[in-house]
Amino acid sequence: MERIAITQEAAKIVEQLKQKHGELIFHQSGGCCDGSAPMLFEKDDMYLDESDVFLGVVNNVNFYMNQDQFEYWKHTHLTIDITEGRGASFSLEIPLGLRFIIRSRLLSPEEETFFNKK
Amino acid sequence: MSYSKPKFKTTYGNFINGKFVDPIGGAYFENTSPIDKSLIAKYPRSQKEDVELALDAANKAKEAWGNTSVTERAALLNKVADIIEANLEEFALVETCDNGKPIRETLNADIPLAVDHWRYFAACIRAEEGSATELDANTLSMNIKEPLGVVGQIIPWNFPLLMLSWKLPPALATGNCVVLKPAEQTPSSATLLMEKIADVFPPGVINIIHGFGPEAGKPIASSSRVDKVAFTGETTTGQLIMQYASKNLNPVTMELGGKSPNIFFNSVMDADDAFLDKAIEGAVLFAFNQGEVCTCPSRILVQEAIYDKFMERVLERTKAIVQNNPYDTSCMVGAQASNDQYEKIQSYIKIGEEEGAKVLCGGEANKEGDLANGYFIKPTILEGHNKMRVFQEEIFGPVVCVAKFKDEAEALEIANDTLYGLGAGVWTRDAHQLYQIPRAIKAGRVWVNCYHAYPAHAPFGGYKKSGFGRENHHMMMDHYRQTKNMLISYDKNKLGFF
Repeated sequence: MERIAITQEAAKIVEQLKQKHGELIFHQSGGCCDGSAPMLFEKDDMYLDESDVFLGVVNNVNFYMNQDQFEYWKHTHLTIDITEGRGASFSLEIPLGLRFIIRSRLLSPEEETFFNKK
Repeated sequence: MSYSKPKFKTTYGNFINGKFVDPIGGAYFENTSPIDKSLIAKYPRSQKEDVELALDAANKAKEAWGNTSVTERAALLNKVADIIEANLEEFALVETCDNGKPIRETLNADIPLAVDHWRYFAACIRAEEGSATELDANTLSMNIKEPLGVVGQIIPWNFPLLMLSWKLPPALATGNCVVLKPAEQTPSSATLLMEKIADVFPPGVINIIHGFGPEAGKPIASSSRVDKVAFTGETTTGQLIMQYASKNLNPVTMELGGKSPNIFFNSVMDADDAFLDKAIEGAVLFAFNQGEVCTCPSRILVQEAIYDKFMERVLERTKAIVQNNPYDTSCMVGAQASNDQYEKIQSYIKIGEEEGAKVLCGGEANKEGDLANGYFIKPTILEGHNKMRVFQEEIFGPVVCVAKFKDEAEALEIANDTLYGLGAGVWTRDAHQLYQIPRAIKAGRVWVNCYHAYPAHAPFGGYKKSGFGRENHHMMMDHYRQTKNMLISYDKNKLGFF
């Protein structure tokens, strides 16, 4: 069972960016302007520590979220998708005229038990 | 009255060392209007080497500029204010076209406020002085403020010229040279400003670099040739910029996200008068600037006894919002600034519904008539509780979440149950609440019986994950300066140690 998934279209872009930048990570951002979006960075660009929760792997890319934010997100299943757009963040897909976005749904009762009640 | 789309050149350059230059790599990106997706112009897709050129220019200019008298620096800031003011309508039109916000707001808020911030910092730098303390009969401690040198500034797209005018004047007034990157969604008003003021400052004092975050923003934020970075934007990017700054031991200021509570106590409805009318408008201000404000009052909290009646009035007022062509002066809520904002907001409305929030009005895109080609969202009110994601995450759209509370303690508990602490609103006729509630809210700006006012000389900035540093106030000047302490001895006699 996974907390996180990725659409085929988004996966294609992740692969394309891997060719250019090497190993990558996703970090789900917080608020304002370009916030609340999954951001793709070169693996060592962002320091991670125990305040970053590891949510899973998509296309061999680890996905993290800040612990504070995860408290509100732990009941949701996330799917990374891609859309046309302009973002002002440092996320690597932005020069392509694309943006990763998160589509989410509440965890099913089975998933809820699996992830949050073990 | 209705305006129409302003004229643009087909291509613009970066503004480096006092003139417009093409990007070295020759690449451009197309900037479109969120009102109808039409092309505005092409702007440079700058890379590290373009940023380096700007840094060369700024570093070359910094010594002379830092030694320019405050009289002269203030005069030049005032000149910029006069130029913007003389071209107010042109700036307003460009801003509306680029950002999608109503012309009513750019004419009456964005651009006049921008003018005032230039004048404010011109006045501040003239009026201030350093300090001197006689530590003992023979020892004088003298504090002289010195510029940092070169400042990197990265600004957002929600108030393009206004955000530029929050950041540039204090940096320039204090004698710094600047490399500034406007948001790639809204590069136009910064470019127009450089066209109008190209000769005002010595070459290299202001440099504007266009492009994308990872390609043009990161080289500014991570350069060892900047002495400070000021950023307005979202939290993860802020965190990254602080990491880069830590490598250079550079200071930073951060203005990040918010999820601001707007609290209405029972006494608001003690009379059906002008104040109640103002309070209702205060709740509906969530839709101001399409909700694309870091301090958007995106959580309305209403005390139990008045909840139904108050919300009835708020709903009525929200439904009366005119959403039409932003070039028309009757337009109150315009287009979201970009497609991904448009999609994200709709996705949040869906998340809210899935979590059990009730849609009281709006709840969808507005595709009526010629709005169908743009990114328009109907002002939306969601009713729910504070643990829902829509109550906790910044939607950055015309979407407000509403909940009720029993008493002061519960109001404060809900208000402070957020990662952010940028803004808050408190509405009451009770003199005790007027003071005590704002003091207990953990936010940098609490509007009391008002909201969304941003005058110069009222410090603005965040608590908690909303960042740090205070803009719009003379204290911002110290974020752009060093203190040189001269410790002077008038004693002719030696210490006697050696």
